[in-house]
Amino acid sequence: MRDVAVVGVGMTRFGELWEKSLRDLYVEAALSAIENSGVDRIDSMIIGCMTSGLFVGQEHLGSIMADYLGIKHLPASRVESACASGGLAFRHAFIEVASGMSDIVMAGGVEKMTDISGDGATYALATAADQEYEVFHGATFPGLYALIAVAHMEKYGTTRDMLAAVAVKNHDNGSMNPNAQYPFKITMDMVKSSVMVADPLRILDCSPITDGAAAVILTTVDIAKKLGKAYIKVTGSGHATDAIALHSRDDLTTIAAATAAADKALKMAGKTIKDIDFAEVHDCFTIAEIAVTESVGIFEPGKGGEAVLKGETALDGSFPINTSGGLKSKGHPVGATGVAQIVEVYKQLTGSAENGRQLKNNPKVGMAQNMGGSGGSSLVHILEVA
Amino acid sequence: MFSARDWREYPRRYRLEAGKCKKCGKVLFPARLVCPECGAREFETEILLETGKVLTYTVIRVAPSQFTDQAPYAIAIAELTNGVKLMAQLVDCDVDDIKVGMEVRIEFRRVQTDDHHGILSYGYKFVPKWY
Amino acid sequence: MVGIVGYGAHLPRHRIKVEEIAKVWGADAPSYKKGLMLREKSVPTPDCDTITLSVEATKNALRRAGGINTAEIGAIYIGSESHPYAVKPSGVTVAEAIGATPEIHTADFEFACKAGSEAMFVCLSLVKAGEVKYGLAIGGDTSQGAPGDALEYSAAAGAAAFIMGTDNLIAESVDTFSYMTDTPDFWRREHEFYPQHAGRFTGEPAYFKHTIGAAEGLMRKAGMKPEDFSYAVFHQPNGKFPMRVGKMLGFTKEQMEPGWLSPTLGNTYSGASPIGLTSTLDIAKPGDMILMVSYGSGSGSDGFVWKVTDRIDEVRDKAVRTRKLLDENLTYVDYGTYAKFRRKIKKNA
Repeated sequence: MRDVAVVGVGMTRFGELWEKSLRDLYVEAALSAIENSGVDRIDSMIIGCMTSGLFVGQEHLGSIMADYLGIKHLPASRVESACASGGLAFRHAFIEVASGMSDIVMAGGVEKMTDISGDGATYALATAADQEYEVFHGATFPGLYALIAVAHMEKYGTTRDMLAAVAVKNHDNGSMNPNAQYPFKITMDMVKSSVMVADPLRILDCSPITDGAAAVILTTVDIAKKLGKAYIKVTGSGHATDAIALHSRDDLTTIAAATAAADKALKMAGKTIKDIDFAEVHDCFTIAEIAVTESVGIFEPGKGGEAVLKGETALDGSFPINTSGGLKSKGHPVGATGVAQIVEVYKQLTGSAENGRQLKNNPKVGMAQNMGGSGGSSLVHILEVA
Repeated sequence: MFSARDWREYPRRYRLEAGKCKKCGKVLFPARLVCPECGAREFETEILLETGKVLTYTVIRVAPSQFTDQAPYAIAIAELTNGVKLMAQLVDCDVDDIKVGMEVRIEFRRVQTDDHHGILSYGYKFVPKWY
Repeated sequence: MVGIVGYGAHLPRHRIKVEEIAKVWGADAPSYKKGLMLREKSVPTPDCDTITLSVEATKNALRRAGGINTAEIGAIYIGSESHPYAVKPSGVTVAEAIGATPEIHTADFEFACKAGSEAMFVCLSLVKAGEVKYGLAIGGDTSQGAPGDALEYSAAAGAAAFIMGTDNLIAESVDTFSYMTDTPDFWRREHEFYPQHAGRFTGEPAYFKHTIGAAEGLMRKAGMKPEDFSYAVFHQPNGKFPMRVGKMLGFTKEQMEPGWLSPTLGNTYSGASPIGLTSTLDIAKPGDMILMVSYGSGSGSDGFVWKVTDRIDEVRDKAVRTRKLLDENLTYVDYGTYAKFRRKIKKNA
């Protein structure tokens, strides 16, 4: 396997982008990544998108995006793993470069979620859960994570304040992110008094509906060096699935897919979790961030909530989580999220995170954890300074 | 709801038919083609028991369109008396009275109604076990 | 010998009081309560309908039947005036739910409030003729009463199921008698949501004439008098009518009380006298004779004489008793919730 680098990144602003279509979004992010990387060609393209078919009636993304990027006959494919589609695209691009099959591959992610009604979006998102044994009975996404939250609170005494602290911290970071959907701070009280969606999760515990795209260019370390632009190394990639339905899992308080993916990624990188300086974690709901930090070993089981309250995951904490603002403040255009996480890790490792959210202690190793549905799949990547 | 899909699900929705692995004895609901425990491929039908305990629950307040009239409604994951876990709505009780560990039984109910002219989807729901 | 091998009832948990309904329509609650001898009625939640109530009632009947093979049920008939589909039988869903398909005959019956008793009559006949080993007869309803109409105070929901057979009887069918005429006292035209009725005409020429006609005809045929019965169960559209007709026929309050549920249940239409019968069987003793006479508008009555066997003591508590379902674990709703549950509120399609 060859050594792989990320040599350029790009993303659109995340938000309700009425003027931009699915293809507009993707092309904007892709062109930005190509420009920032200094490459003059790409050999192949992998696009992560959960369900452009249900959101805007468009499939065959490989073809349409290659067409609109103006690259004739480009091999391009679309991969899907619900909300982990972006991370999966990154992994497949990594494999293609590492294996020697291609030299320069773009990993992109996009989702256009606002052309459809709220009901339509809810229906589309619910396809990530078990249609027959969860969705049929009236389960929603917030509902599934609420089931995890209740189990977690029951087992470990995790509190409502701990959940709110995740949202507050992520907005603190997101307020400094020029691409964030909600670039402003919020308070604990605002979270705790926002409208209840599925007990105990309130609207401010939930990531929003968002349009957006992100793209990164992967190539060999050798080529990256020659290009002369800032690059980082991809040293670990891990991918795991778990039972799709919550009730099929042994432990409702942990995300086994994240644990397995992290184990594989860390092993590949020759590292332990203690070697990681910061991470982008999939906070589709506040409880998700807490559960994942425990599942990948950043905190002991049951101690994730306490850590947030104490400020250990803040920018100046012992283990900063979601310096980008996370899905909560930055936004969650489903297929783009996994790639946007890589964009943030790249910025932090190359010292280019904007507006004061750059970690001050010279981070060397970052982790990106992306997951699909209620934890039915997870992708974890380890990235390091050049 | 779609006719063929509903009809195919009757054994599970109407009769709680699960599959018991002939090799390791694990009971799977729904029944599958491959046992996730031991990889074996032979199963016999086992009917789930109708009582169990709540493992976790939530109250859905922002509901998908087919369920808006029912909101707020509770959904729960319960472990039935033979160790099988499944998810269903938990009805006939005040949502404030639900507790982890509460005993429930299964009742046959309408789960979804397709507006005015579609087919009716029946299945199982949990109710508190009060007798 | 043919008769009941298993019986069971099922009632919803929610109730609404007469006062709640009267308040909205500016009616005088005390006079309705007195005039109808009715205090409250059962309210089905939107996820309950005739089919779901029938399945649960049947499960209770199966529990009391003690382990019969459901594949041996040869017929399932459900009588209701609120079948969930206008075209697609309720019976097949119940059959599927209890594992009685595909070798079975099912049909849905209707005859206003006596559709349940007709199912019972037909099942007994099929068993008697040797056509089926077991016949499952169900009477159940989630009927509607028009808003602001007198019937809104009583239109309720519930179901009762009876498995008829020849062996291990709980109660033997001693005799039957039916009495029908064309009498337009209460009806609902196709595509109408609420029924219509002819006011006071529903009394003497309808309910009383046919109930008395069937009861007297039955007792004459069986060579029995009111004193020969331990219990009597009549159709109960409200609390008053069954008590009055019983008295007119020569029965005492004590004979009628165990099967008299309408004061707090309301009128469960096709379920009414069948549910009354389950409640009576719950407390009956071996050897007791029970008279049951249904009434369905349109009009007609089916009469039955049942003789309770020794087996009642063994099986009565194999399933929940009807009075427990009637009296315990209740949630009261206000009119708004009731109207929402009963789909009385106009919404965008």
